[in-house]
Amino acid sequence: MLFELREVRLSRGGRCVLDSVSAGLPAGATAIVGPSGSGKSTLLRLLNRLADPDAGEIAYRERPLGEYEPLALRREVALVPQLPALLDGSVESNLRYAAGLAGREPEVERLLRLAGLDPEFAGRDVTKLSVGEQQRAMLARALAQEPRVLLLDEPTSALDHAARDAIEAALAELRRELEISLVLVSHDPEQARRLADWVVRIDAGCVAGCGPLAEVLA
Amino acid sequence: MTPLALATSIHVSPGQVAASLALVALAAAISYWWKADLERDIGIAAVRSLVQLTLVGYAIKLIFEADTIWLVLLLLAVMVVFGAITASHRADKVPGAFRPLLIALALAGASTLGLVVALGIFEPTPRYLVPVGGMVIGNAMTAAAVALNRLGDEMADSRARIEATLALGATPREAALPIVRRALRSGMITLVDSTKTTGLIFFPGTMVGMLLAGANPTDAVRLQLILLYTLLGSVSIAALVATGLAYRNFFTPAQQLRDPQEDLAEPV
Repeated sequence: MLFELREVRLSRGGRCVLDSVSAGLPAGATAIVGPSGSGKSTLLRLLNRLADPDAGEIAYRERPLGEYEPLALRREVALVPQLPALLDGSVESNLRYAAGLAGREPEVERLLRLAGLDPEFAGRDVTKLSVGEQQRAMLARALAQEPRVLLLDEPTSALDHAARDAIEAALAELRRELEISLVLVSHDPEQARRLADWVVRIDAGCVAGCGPLAEVLA
Repeated sequence: MTPLALATSIHVSPGQVAASLALVALAAAISYWWKADLERDIGIAAVRSLVQLTLVGYAIKLIFEADTIWLVLLLLAVMVVFGAITASHRADKVPGAFRPLLIALALAGASTLGLVVALGIFEPTPRYLVPVGGMVIGNAMTAAAVALNRLGDEMADSRARIEATLALGATPREAALPIVRRALRSGMITLVDSTKTTGLIFFPGTMVGMLLAGANPTDAVRLQLILLYTLLGSVSIAALVATGLAYRNFFTPAQQLRDPQEDLAEPV
């Protein structure tokens, strides 16, 4: 398993957000689905240690997450948040910033194409981009670190159908071109069907189903 | 360099102080007329300043008469502690703000006073260290409070961007750097701007005081310049140390952005 969660519990502000979550996420494409507020995004943030659980264990490639140096882990397991949050400047400066953190020189044109953006976007000011374009720039920025796993938090929730289709096409292309695993949070089971081959269903902070797509979302 | 020796003095009677209360009454009247609802605050400010300055006047008189450096250091330490408490109330969005502020004010006071004495600008006597120390710590407190207030506001407004940067494997320092830079700037900018316009738009307090006391204008200007440059140094140190230490309190040891609902033990 890529990630293995055992009896994971997390509370925030006195409210139980995740309750005894146990699940395995294999390499490939996994969708974490469930209604809004069910704890999906919180679960995703635990996978690259943007937060730690109050109890329980999470292992990545058979080793407890706590044994990984957080910064190195985040460069290997990159998270793209739900809302775009780029740094001020151009798209290219964002890609260079991210690549620099991993000690790499970015192939800007290739990264933009992988994220479904035309190379001419490199020089664009990020504040002048649409939300869909910003989301794809966020994807390109995460890819600039050449991660092994991409964590995607509702990557199309704020987008119209055309922008959603463009992102989904970019993700499908990514899986074909790169040896990269995806863990995708979505409230939309149809999106899980289009993009994933493994599903973890969360409801009110508990695992309501975990397994191959055909079994969990039959 | 010979340390400054200024020996001007004037006598101010209680009647003259009482007469100046006419201006306080005018301020209260303006507030009442325009319904600014500040009459009570103006009254409290006038009474508090009278009581506080009278008490500190007697304390300074005692310290001058005792002529010992230890009492000076005690007074400055008390100023640093009260300054840190006051500033931490203004920086209420910064978790655990008291400790960075205490260190910032202590360092700003100690380093600037130490430097002006080491450079032979002032004699290490109560007559110089008490008033200069008060100015240094007071200005450092204001700068540090403004800087941390801005830091707290911006960290709260930029959570998504900071966390997105942490998610790329950036260190907390790298993720918070643009905000720390803006907070530092906002702490320093007021004094920098007022130093730029000094003599053109306003006359600073020390110079006015010395001129009123009958000092030579050249001496008044030189002393004012020394104090302005000293304050620039102390304000920069205070804002730098306060922001440089306080931003860390927004992050956990595992380099995560701290949950705002999670309390950090606050010593005050």
